[in-house]
Amino acid sequence: MSHFLDRLTFFTRPAAPFSEGHGITTGEDRRWEDGYRKRWQHDKIVRSTHGANCTGSCSWKIYVKGGIVTWETQQTDYPRTRPDLPNHEPRGCSRGASYSWYLYSGNRVKYPLVRSRLLKLWREARAVRTPVAAWSSIVEDEKKRAAYTTKRGHGGFVRATWDEVTEIIAAANAYTVKKHGPDRVIGFSPIPAMSMVSYAAGSRYLSLLGGVCMSFYDWYCDLPPSSPQTWGEQTDVPESADWYNSGFLILWGSNVPQTRTPDAHFYTEARYRGAKSVVICPDYSEASKFADLWISVKQGTDSALAMAMGHVILREFHVDRQASYFNDYVRQYTDMPMLVRLDKKDGKLIPGRLLRASDFADGLGEKNNPEWKTVAFDETSEGVVVPLGSVGFRWGEKGKWNLEEKDSDGRDTSLRLTLESAHDQIVDVSFPYFGNIDHDHFVSDAHPSVLDRRIPVKKVQLADGEALVATVFDLFVANYGVDRGFGGAHVAKSYDENVPYTPAWAEKITGVPRDQIITVAREFALNAEKTKGRSMVIIGAAMNHWYHSDMNYRGVINMLVMCGCVGQSGGGWSHYVGQEKLRPQSGWLPLAFGLDWSRPPRQMNSTSFFYAHTDQWRYETVGVEEILSPTAPAGPWDGALIDYNVRAERMGWLPSAPQLRQNPLSLAKKAEAAGLEAKDYVVKGLKSGELQMSCDDPDHPDNWPRNMFIWRSNLLGSSGKGHEYFLKHLLGTSHGVQGKDLGETGKKKPKDVVWHDDAPIGKLDLLVTLDFRMSTTCVYSDIVLPTATWYEKNDLNTSDMHPFIHPLTAAVDPVWEARSDWDIYKSIAKAFSKVAPEVLGVEKDVVLTPILHDTPTEIAQALDVKDWKKGEVEAIPGKTMPSVTVVERDYPNVYKRFTALGPLMSKLGNGGKGMAWNTEHEVDFLKKLNGVVTEEGATKGLARIESDIDATEVILTLAPETNGEVAVKAWESLSKATGREHAHLAIPKEDEKIRFRDVVAQPRKIISSPIWSGLESDKVCYNACYTNVHELIPWRTLSGRQQLYQDHLWMRAFGEALCVYRPPIDLKAVKPVIDLKPNGEKQIVLNFITPHQKWGIHSTYTDNLLMLTLSRGGPIVWISETDAKAAGIVDNDWIEAYNANGALVARAVVSQRVKEGMCLMYHAQEKIVNVPGSEMTGQRGGIHNSVTRAIVKPTHMIGGYAQQSYGFNYYGTIGTNRDEFVIVRKMVKVDWLDTPTADQPEPLTVARNMEAAE
Amino acid sequence: MREAINHIVFGWYPYLCLTVFIVGSWLRFDREQYTWKTGSSQLLRRRQLMWGSNLFHVGILVIFFGHFVGLLTPIWIFDAMGISHTAKQWMAIIVGGIAGIMCFVGITLLVHRRLFDVRIRSTSSFGDIAILLLLYAQLILGLATIPVSLGHLDGHEMVKFMTWAQGILTLQPGVSALIADTSLIFKLHLFLGMTIFLVFPFTRLVHVWSAPIWYLGRRGYQVVRASHPEARTNYARRASQSPRARPAAAE
Repeated sequence: MSHFLDRLTFFTRPAAPFSEGHGITTGEDRRWEDGYRKRWQHDKIVRSTHGANCTGSCSWKIYVKGGIVTWETQQTDYPRTRPDLPNHEPRGCSRGASYSWYLYSGNRVKYPLVRSRLLKLWREARAVRTPVAAWSSIVEDEKKRAAYTTKRGHGGFVRATWDEVTEIIAAANAYTVKKHGPDRVIGFSPIPAMSMVSYAAGSRYLSLLGGVCMSFYDWYCDLPPSSPQTWGEQTDVPESADWYNSGFLILWGSNVPQTRTPDAHFYTEARYRGAKSVVICPDYSEASKFADLWISVKQGTDSALAMAMGHVILREFHVDRQASYFNDYVRQYTDMPMLVRLDKKDGKLIPGRLLRASDFADGLGEKNNPEWKTVAFDETSEGVVVPLGSVGFRWGEKGKWNLEEKDSDGRDTSLRLTLESAHDQIVDVSFPYFGNIDHDHFVSDAHPSVLDRRIPVKKVQLADGEALVATVFDLFVANYGVDRGFGGAHVAKSYDENVPYTPAWAEKITGVPRDQIITVAREFALNAEKTKGRSMVIIGAAMNHWYHSDMNYRGVINMLVMCGCVGQSGGGWSHYVGQEKLRPQSGWLPLAFGLDWSRPPRQMNSTSFFYAHTDQWRYETVGVEEILSPTAPAGPWDGALIDYNVRAERMGWLPSAPQLRQNPLSLAKKAEAAGLEAKDYVVKGLKSGELQMSCDDPDHPDNWPRNMFIWRSNLLGSSGKGHEYFLKHLLGTSHGVQGKDLGETGKKKPKDVVWHDDAPIGKLDLLVTLDFRMSTTCVYSDIVLPTATWYEKNDLNTSDMHPFIHPLTAAVDPVWEARSDWDIYKSIAKAFSKVAPEVLGVEKDVVLTPILHDTPTEIAQALDVKDWKKGEVEAIPGKTMPSVTVVERDYPNVYKRFTALGPLMSKLGNGGKGMAWNTEHEVDFLKKLNGVVTEEGATKGLARIESDIDATEVILTLAPETNGEVAVKAWESLSKATGREHAHLAIPKEDEKIRFRDVVAQPRKIISSPIWSGLESDKVCYNACYTNVHELIPWRTLSGRQQLYQDHLWMRAFGEALCVYRPPIDLKAVKPVIDLKPNGEKQIVLNFITPHQKWGIHSTYTDNLLMLTLSRGGPIVWISETDAKAAGIVDNDWIEAYNANGALVARAVVSQRVKEGMCLMYHAQEKIVNVPGSEMTGQRGGIHNSVTRAIVKPTHMIGGYAQQSYGFNYYGTIGTNRDEFVIVRKMVKVDWLDTPTADQPEPLTVARNMEAAE
Repeated sequence: MREAINHIVFGWYPYLCLTVFIVGSWLRFDREQYTWKTGSSQLLRRRQLMWGSNLFHVGILVIFFGHFVGLLTPIWIFDAMGISHTAKQWMAIIVGGIAGIMCFVGITLLVHRRLFDVRIRSTSSFGDIAILLLLYAQLILGLATIPVSLGHLDGHEMVKFMTWAQGILTLQPGVSALIADTSLIFKLHLFLGMTIFLVFPFTRLVHVWSAPIWYLGRRGYQVVRASHPEARTNYARRASQSPRARPAAAE
């Protein structure tokens, strides 16, 4: 009753001691304990996870108390692993544990928000006009449009209702589709694996419209193009449990404890088991503490280090002594025995393309695709044979696409790796050398730009005469500078000679002592030899973000392949970046891209898109001649980088968006009027100039992207390389660009692209962002829609780090007015269907698609590069230019189509990665499970996809990874191509069907499927390329093997046929601005490195109060003690980092961790928390991407060439950013910009707007 | 008028203060258990706290008990013990003076720390700062009475205060008049002292009530808190019935 009165117990206190008086019993009031007890009481626990593009993909318990999400803890119920392998659980980290903060935080987006100036205009227009007419009256009036576009990022949001915002969006979309074409409606959302249904919601809506879904993996620079180049695989990696099976682990630029926290225990456990570990990274990272040896390499010179290690491995395991395991491995699984033609250039021999069966007079008896079949010498027959497995066997014939050691006629072969003992002559062959390029901040080493090295060759009689050929192996070893006794220069007998790629040479470039290089290489290989490939390299995106990332990666891949590690348990290439592995991919694709209603969807590679449409190309500082190889085959090799992209789009290599300057909805009608098929009409139009591709003139208003959706992403605050260019040209608002464009500086302009002296300002009519928090992207949007958090929706989640599929489930309903992404796009679709009939009906849309990987068209341009525009070849859609398809769009029925599984699944079936299977059975099953549409109309009788859970069931039912029956069908489909039986891998699980409620009960291990190259089994951990090695399924490359020699003309032209060291490029962003605006403080120039967060939820969420409290509560840049001293900076000073691209402000963290000459700024520290104004730009802060600029690389544009064919997120230009340098100095004036600006917009209120509208 | 004010301040005000002090403490103890704490800032910064807090607490405890005994012990007891008024006055000045200086040094450190340590300052409530300054002022006033007291070492002023204090507690009407003619500095000291009692329940001072003195007389090393009162009685009964006083084990 009363705490006080209850204490008055002097007369009742029992005097009953026990244990001889050592213990007493008291009867004091114990209600105070309830406080602690209630602290941990809860009403329910719900399973969910964090869709943060984090590979952790940890399952969490979400606690709900009184209808409020209170906290979260790690789930521990993952299915057990086999004995002798540590379990996966517990998985989770402090960052995930801080997530529940967002639900009720001040930063939550609670209501639909619209830029007030836009809303005012809309209400005025809408009062007297129909929706589409109202929208056109706003955007067609320059002044009205500028009234809101120029104020993006300046605040001024007001609340609106869902009905009103969805109508605005629908009207804008309908107007854009009608006026410019559906390919001007763009959507950016990344990483479907983190919340598949949420991604699919937006992409399904856009695909039904004919809009464009943007790629992300390449744009994020997580895509290593070296992987598709080598393996024909976007990225496939071992699960983290497989680290435990390794005997030698190199962590190369990967900070496992910090960025792979839930998986780090396998690394620790592997160390306990006895694995040796070497950590290679410039800074003293958290991972470095785990290492037996920490190698502090100069940032950006990793390929030099890898080449030197490769040099040692070749010398000791392939040349001086042939380790038999390595020898057999490279013979069977790599292109090393394949023959390469040697071409003449300026009187010297240069390596040409791989020899094909078609080069011989009789095609070596090959009738089917002889141009796509590589050849080799056979040791037994001494003749030239056509080994099985090359891409030519994949298409057009059955049963011969495998890696059995046989030739096309079924005879056993033993391919000759080297011509050392069977050569006709020894000749000098030229190799390019780039290590002599001067750079202000990197060491160069003077050797000739062309290195002539001697190799054994053979003469062969070809259809066009006699030619010299060499094996890839002989070229490969020569390229490493290993002396094999053939004489000549530029090869080394000893590791101490300064010849490119010896350890002594690498010591100069990388700063790593040569004995460390030798020891690590030797031990790495020795372990692999003794354990049959259990040496592994865990590699992080750190190395992949350099312009010449391919070289870093291929240097490492070469080491792994030389040692037979790829495809072996405990070995291989473990490239971990984002949550790229969408395990039930082939079940998800139809849902996500509306393949059940129309094919093909429109997809675009983001790097090229943003490079063009944020006009970063107008500021290009790097010329093609700077990156061209001195051994490039003859060719003009002229123009600017963007010209190469335009050529690639034209030749059907890369996708385009927008596609044509003309509205694609108008073309089918015009073709019909002209009596032509759309395909022929487009060819004719393009050739005559009547039609133009948009990429020819990205700045012309007809070619601008007009509407953009961003969801599940913080494009402008996180991944947007060249942030300030986005602000200036795409959005048209205030920006911090410091440099001048090519017009202003009078430099050479692109050749194939039209130059406008006045750059466009504000290409987008409407920017819509869906988010649960007020991110930087939201701040710059026109409309912000409040979406459900990860604890308020139902969805699916997978990762490459573990073999499980598990859900996000709604612990509580979306709070305030938030809705799930699925519901938001459903409501937009509904509004669109209502608004569209004003201007749109059933329309015919002409879609251009590039030549796609894993389709029969991937073998398009075999021997040479020919441009139809220059008349070098006929324009043939799908062969020498993009495919042209007519797709029917039923605009008034977009909503109905959105919510039902369309008929094409039954009609055309499903498939993936070149396989196809019938899926009628699954469609029927879904009709029973989800029910059928009963309403009259276009979708009556089809399976419903009404709720987010319905959508998950579509994915799970159609995917082989979650439906054993489909897995068996998929393996059987593959068997037809390989002629080998594979179904045994899935038959034991044929009856296993994982449904949504199953994964809610417990994470489920997925089923082995041929979509992936590893196995989910109780015997082995998932390891990439495992089925290639153990099931003899070819890699999806030209040779069908691991392709170490890249023979495409552009690869050779840019010097990357074989791996070489290429120093970082000079982006020239410092000199033009270094003396522009002195503030009296000392300045230093540092390399700008942006690794992943310690205090953010994965790569993105840095505004979380708990994390801010643990760190410094705002943006930070790490610099070394030496550099700080030189610039007079002490710890915690406000500093500014700037260059021609823009400026950013942050506090300095002065630390011994950092290597001199570089600075680290953790990725995605946004300008929304604790960021003052910049002295340089006068704008608030800047973010890490304010000082970067996207730049494209021609070799990433290659297409129509087996593994180098386009695939969404599979191949394409990547958004590199590591080569950038910034000027760092202490700030004199820290201005928080908290006073009104001069042209402060007149405050608007909802009430006044209402009046205005009335 | 002067008399009326004197009567209000020294005749009525004490009762107001005592009532608020007692009822307030009780209410807070019953209703706001989670606020019943010392509010120590040791976790945030140890600097100055070890010296400051210890000097302050030792000093103030001596002063508190000095005042308590000195003011409330009936004068006849001192007489019976043969302690002259002069001796008592000297004792008060010397013991109080030494303790006062200790306390002054301590509280000066604490005030400095509380006001000028950014971390402590920004986590302090108004009450935290106010009560510290109030105690500081009271201590300075107390020390300032020493020179005055040195002027009348016969202790007659002291006796007036003893009589007043005991009169207030024994509900003697009109005792306020006894101290009407004393030095202003004493009056200020008295007024502020009563005010501290007045604000006591609203500050962290309530921790005084919970001084862990019971700990000194504790019995047993293992303390079993019975889950509910019946258990307590059963427990006691069984314990007394059991010859070896080993409860519960059998069940």
